[in-house]
Amino acid sequence: MLARRIIPCLDVRNGRVVKGKQFSSIQDVDSPTKLGKYYSDNGADELVFYDITASNEERDISLKFVSEVAKELRIPFSVGGGVRSIDDFTKLLRNGADKVSINSAAILNPNLIKEASDRFGSQCVVLSIDAKLNKDGNYKVCINGGRKETEWEAIDWAKKGVELGAGEIVLNSIDEDGMKRGFDIRLLQKITNAINVPVIASGGAGKVEHFYDAIEYANVDGVLAASVFHFGEIKISELKDYLNEKNIPVRL
Amino acid sequence: MNIIIDYGVGNLDSLKRACEEIDFPVVITNEIEVIEEASSIILPGVGAYEAAMNELNRLGLVDCIKSKAKSGTPILGICLGMQLLYEFSEENFGAIGLGLIKGQVKRIPDIVKVPHMGWNKLNFTKQESLLKYVNEGDYVYFVHSFYISSTNDELLAYSDYGVKIPAIIQSNNIYGMQFHPEKSAETGLNLLKAFKEMCLYDSISSN
Repeated sequence: MLARRIIPCLDVRNGRVVKGKQFSSIQDVDSPTKLGKYYSDNGADELVFYDITASNEERDISLKFVSEVAKELRIPFSVGGGVRSIDDFTKLLRNGADKVSINSAAILNPNLIKEASDRFGSQCVVLSIDAKLNKDGNYKVCINGGRKETEWEAIDWAKKGVELGAGEIVLNSIDEDGMKRGFDIRLLQKITNAINVPVIASGGAGKVEHFYDAIEYANVDGVLAASVFHFGEIKISELKDYLNEKNIPVRL
Repeated sequence: MNIIIDYGVGNLDSLKRACEEIDFPVVITNEIEVIEEASSIILPGVGAYEAAMNELNRLGLVDCIKSKAKSGTPILGICLGMQLLYEFSEENFGAIGLGLIKGQVKRIPDIVKVPHMGWNKLNFTKQESLLKYVNEGDYVYFVHSFYISSTNDELLAYSDYGVKIPAIIQSNNIYGMQFHPEKSAETGLNLLKAFKEMCLYDSISSN
């Protein structure tokens, strides 16, 4: 039986881990290398690194941080943020990423998912989807860090992504990001029912019960969170003990 | 010299670092002269089966690996590298492997989520030295869409994913791990450590 994954996420800007709320009001947290090693040594099942600077001129600097974090890890490492081309995939994989996640660029050029999965295998192509509930009650995919709404319905885009070769979906709820009210179970249920690749819930974790709810009620394969881990509000070991007591398979 | 074969697949640095962490010095190379002299060989791998075999062929390494296998050199295949040890894979339209072990590679059936991605438990089918530092129920990290569809006597451990996934195999000096020991925290390091000791033992016993 596969363990459900607990995944801390480092949002990195200019070489520092930062954390915001609903994709803005950002505060400084710590060095990515230090935090990455801490999580790898303390029960995280995977680490996600999002480069939220990702302007062209700064990308090479970010690569250096990716490579430094990779050196400290004994667990899988997923990297994303500003990935636009096969060349970006190649660079990140060479610098120690095991998986690369794409977001906006995939909307603009869906074929990138196919090219990348043909070339590197779908196991290293993660489709990251930022979804926002609009006033008509539909979940729309947003790009450019949540600033721009697209025509895509989240569920249709997830299906399309898998069809093109994405091996995993990370679903970020913009509405719940940093709010600590729990994951968007309804959104997650729609996606896990529609596709047959692993789905990772992101956005909204505030307490251990929220992780349980996402796994138990939306059947997600992993849960991703940032601030509750970075600020020590939830310890991964305690979270896993809690889930284990509730009969959720976790790697202890 | 202990060798990690570099044939252009994936990130080998993390594997090298994991080996060094257990004091198992390794060299990453694709030079046939170096590999011919190797005291042990790790065959890593991510990506497509046929492309990997084509690359090994292009580098002239297929016969080299086969003859090293025959002469008793310990060879560890990891992930796709383990699958390459077998005879044939149905990936794409089918491709011939190294054939060091009898058996075939098939796609994981769609009754479960594919790829099999994440941490899964090891269930032992044998007690062998390779498993001496790990416990039944320890978790290791898998990422793969194809698997060895049937095994014989070489199976040491498997994982249950609704489908039985062969996880660790050994046939004399040929070893395989379907998961990534270098991504499997302490458990992965413990398995590499046991492999290292098997290499030392093999080199003593073959001298």
